[in-house]
Amino acid sequence: MSVAPHLPALQVVLPLLAAPLTVLLRRPGPAFVVAVAASWCALAIALTLALQVQGDGALSYAIGNWPPPLGIEYRVDALSSLMLVLVAGTASVVLPFARGSIEREIPAAQHYLFYTMFLLCLTGLLGISITGDAFNIFVFLEISSLSTYVLIALGRDRRALLAAYQYLIMGTIGATFIVIAIGLLYLTTGTLNLADLGRRIGSDGGTRPVLAALAFLTVGVSLKAALFPLHQWLPNAYAYAPSAVSAFVAATATKVAVYVLLRFYFSVFGDAQVFARLPMAPMLLLLALAGMFAASTIAIFQTDLKRLFAYSSVGQVGYIVLGLSFDSVSGLTAAIAHLVNHGVTKGAAFMLLGIVAASIGGTSLARVRGLGRLMPWTSAGIVLAGLSLIGIPGTAGFVTKWYLVLAALEAGQWWLVFLIVASSLLSLMYVWRFVEAAYFREPRRDIVPAQVPLSMRVPTALLLALVVIFGLDTTFTVDPAVRAAEMLLGGSR
Amino acid sequence: MSGSPGVAAVLGHANYFVTIFLLMSGLFIVIARGNLIKKLVGLGIFQTAVYLLYIAPGKLLGGTAPIISDKFDVYSNPLPHVLILTAIVVGVATLALGLALVVRIRGAYGTIEEDEILQQESGTAAEDDR
Repeated sequence: MSVAPHLPALQVVLPLLAAPLTVLLRRPGPAFVVAVAASWCALAIALTLALQVQGDGALSYAIGNWPPPLGIEYRVDALSSLMLVLVAGTASVVLPFARGSIEREIPAAQHYLFYTMFLLCLTGLLGISITGDAFNIFVFLEISSLSTYVLIALGRDRRALLAAYQYLIMGTIGATFIVIAIGLLYLTTGTLNLADLGRRIGSDGGTRPVLAALAFLTVGVSLKAALFPLHQWLPNAYAYAPSAVSAFVAATATKVAVYVLLRFYFSVFGDAQVFARLPMAPMLLLLALAGMFAASTIAIFQTDLKRLFAYSSVGQVGYIVLGLSFDSVSGLTAAIAHLVNHGVTKGAAFMLLGIVAASIGGTSLARVRGLGRLMPWTSAGIVLAGLSLIGIPGTAGFVTKWYLVLAALEAGQWWLVFLIVASSLLSLMYVWRFVEAAYFREPRRDIVPAQVPLSMRVPTALLLALVVIFGLDTTFTVDPAVRAAEMLLGGSR
Repeated sequence: MSGSPGVAAVLGHANYFVTIFLLMSGLFIVIARGNLIKKLVGLGIFQTAVYLLYIAPGKLLGGTAPIISDKFDVYSNPLPHVLILTAIVVGVATLALGLALVVRIRGAYGTIEEDEILQQESGTAAEDDR
């Protein structure tokens, strides 16, 4: 029996089975090995699937051999394969980093449970990306969310508990909105398969319950994606979670939520439905712009680097949604490429902050004074990640800003170009806050940087290298994004 | 059906009215209450209302379990029920995790009132700049 045809199922099942295995092992060492092995296997599978999809087009896998639309279908196409690689890749890089990081932040007795939760979170995020079934999306969403709440609550600070609780309330409301939307869709069409839903709604012409479902879905997913003004849970969650958790969640969770939005808008409702019958485009545009400006402005006034970068994440979600709102190939390309580019950049940024926290015991701006002299490589890395957030040429962030500007010009909205540049200036200001503290202040005498293990520095350097590589060579980001964008728009036209 | 069509429409959609009422009450409790446990209760009502949204339309008057038999020709749709079984499990897990977090929060802050916790937080915020 060959394994190859079952890769789509193994993609999800492997980390799902590894999770209880880490509980049974109980000791942190073996649990770590299992977790890393599972995530690396997941990455290998994701890359294999991506190559297959690139060669032969979308893959469909019928779970339990029940043919769709009756059975649950796993579907890998240009967009979902990109998400699978992003999620599995981030996990593969963050997990080796996590070992050194959690040793300093989580009591030893809980280490094996950290790996369990991490693997469950990975399972959920992979599952959302691969499934072709609407209700399955909800189930995987809750698997990833519940494990994320636990991971955030593992933070050292007691405020991590409060952040996890607030995220639990907001996240559950969001997920319940999504269930309502799926319920309304099921009641009107009688199917849960995404492709089948798309076909049936298309012929139906869009009744009122379908439009209500669209509204519920938009609100629910926006909560999960932290689209302004539904972002309140995010800054505290990212700021007080253990560093490895911040890095993984910031790089993947909101991105996967945006993926759900893309999937439903373009594969289920169809862009004609979404953008012609309801004023979605101006609404998303407005919220995206509000997020870009408001969140970046708030970021400037933060006194802690983790919170600063967390607010920056809210702003960056704005860029992604802005690209989505254009409803054009170049706009969607910008949005999808930014999912990857920002994921890599933010992952690297939070891992660097993890190194800073492990070395000098905190990430407040008052603490990182003179960091440029104390930890020159780490500071340079944070600046590099910051440059990518601003969108300086030669970094990943520039590539997507470039496509966003192209999309805005294509849509004839030249004033948006000015706004995109203006919001980049705000990013420049919050990155400058770090530069000023790290390079223009005297180091504090009472802080002696501790040695940080190689297992933390190597994965971080790897992700930072990707920030530069994706800025110079767009083969792995923009090309798949163009294919995904054309697929999304082609399916509905 | 006898009576005015308006009354019939309301009665015919009674389950939706109940669902929406419960949904709104649940969401209101989550937003309006400052007690962390009461918030979870509201969240529970909110989630449970959605179960009703799924289950009620799956039931047909006179319908029976979907086992093919000569004696019956009307069957209830079992799929919404199965879906909600999953959603119930998710709801229980969420509630359990939420309550566990509240226990830990009480251990850390000594209270489960949101405003008192935020008051304590405003005191510690200044220490962040160390």
